[in-house]
Amino acid sequence: MKERLVQLEVLRYNPDTDTTAHFQRYEVSCPEEGVVLDALNKIKETIDPTLNYRWSCHMAVCGSCGMMINGEPKLSCHAFLREYDGVIRVEPLAHFPVERDLVTAPDDFIEKLKRVKPYLIPKAPKPISEGEYLQTPAQLKKYHRFTLCINCMLCYAACPEYGLTPKFIGPAAISLAHRYNLDSRDGGRDARQEVIASKEGVWECTFVGACSEVCPVHVDPASALQQVKIASSIDWIKEHLLPGGGK
Amino acid sequence: MAKSNKPIIWFPFAAGGTVIAFFIPVIVLLTFLAALGHVPTGLSYDSMRAFAGSGLGKLLIFGVIALSLWSSAHRLRCTCYDFGVRADKLVANVLYLAAGAGIIATAVYLLRI
Repeated sequence: MKERLVQLEVLRYNPDTDTTAHFQRYEVSCPEEGVVLDALNKIKETIDPTLNYRWSCHMAVCGSCGMMINGEPKLSCHAFLREYDGVIRVEPLAHFPVERDLVTAPDDFIEKLKRVKPYLIPKAPKPISEGEYLQTPAQLKKYHRFTLCINCMLCYAACPEYGLTPKFIGPAAISLAHRYNLDSRDGGRDARQEVIASKEGVWECTFVGACSEVCPVHVDPASALQQVKIASSIDWIKEHLLPGGGK
Repeated sequence: MAKSNKPIIWFPFAAGGTVIAFFIPVIVLLTFLAALGHVPTGLSYDSMRAFAGSGLGKLLIFGVIALSLWSSAHRLRCTCYDFGVRADKLVANVLYLAAGAGIIATAVYLLRI
C-alpha cells in the first residue's frame, strides 16, 4: 500500500489551560487512499494522544466526525487525502461552541431537533390489535429522501443564516419536521408548523443552498425548506384569506 | 411561537422567480434581436402596441414586470442579509419602495396606452 506524507494544521483548544485556540502542525505518513480521519487517528496513536475529536463508524453513517477541512464542513471519514494538496487545515465545526480541540457542543441543535417533534404523531390512537399502519411505496417515496439525515450538523456549519442568526431552527431540524409532515401515517403537522412556520423557522432561510451542497447523504435540505415555504404560504392564504380559515 | 406573516412577501417573490426564469431570458433575447433589426413579424411595434392596448395584454405585461421587480427586490434584500448587512429593515424599505415605484409606474404607463 503506497504511503504519503500528510501535513495537518489542527486547531487546538484546551479549556483548562488555553485562553485562545491555536493551530498545531503535524506530519504523518498515511496510505494514499486514506481519509483525514485516518491521519488524525495516526497522529493520536503515534504523535499526540492529547488530540481530541469525535468519531465512531468511519463509514459516513454515524455523523460524529464532522469538522471544517480547509474551511469546508465535511465528515473527516469522507474527506479523501488524495483530494488535498499541501497542508490540510482542520478546525472544529463552524457555528458551534468548541469544547476541546475539534470537539464541539451540539446542544443547540439537539434542543431544536426536539422542538420540531421529529417522530410520528398518529392522527388518532390505534390499538395494536387493529394492526400496523400501512403505507404504499408511493407514499414512502414522498418523504424517503428526508429520512436519510444522520444528524451530522454539517448543514448548520455551512448555513450562513445559522451563523448570523443562531435562533434559526436550521436545515436538518426543519427537513426532519418536513419528513414527518409528509408521512401518510402522521397527524402532527399543525403542532410542527407552530415551530417551523415561525420567523425563527423556515422564514429565516434565504435559500443559499449551502446545506444541500455539504450534506454527505444527499438529503437536500434546501429543497425540503423550499417545500415547507410553499406549504406554509398556502396555509397562510387559507388562514387569512379564506372564510373560516380554510378548514 | 407565532406563525410568521412572511408569505405576503415570499409568495409574490417565488412567483416572480418563476416568471424571471421562464420569461426574462426570452425577453432579453427578443430585445437583443430587435436591437439588431431582426424583429419577428408578430413582435412588430404595431402588433406589440395592439397587444399592450388589450385588457389581457395589459394584465400579462403588468404581471411579468410587477412580479419580476418584487422578486428582484426581495432577492437583493436576502443577498444583503447573507453578506451580513444587518440593517435589514432599511434595506427592505429601500428595495421594496423602489420595486413599488416601478410597479406603480408600470401600471400608469400601461393604463395610458
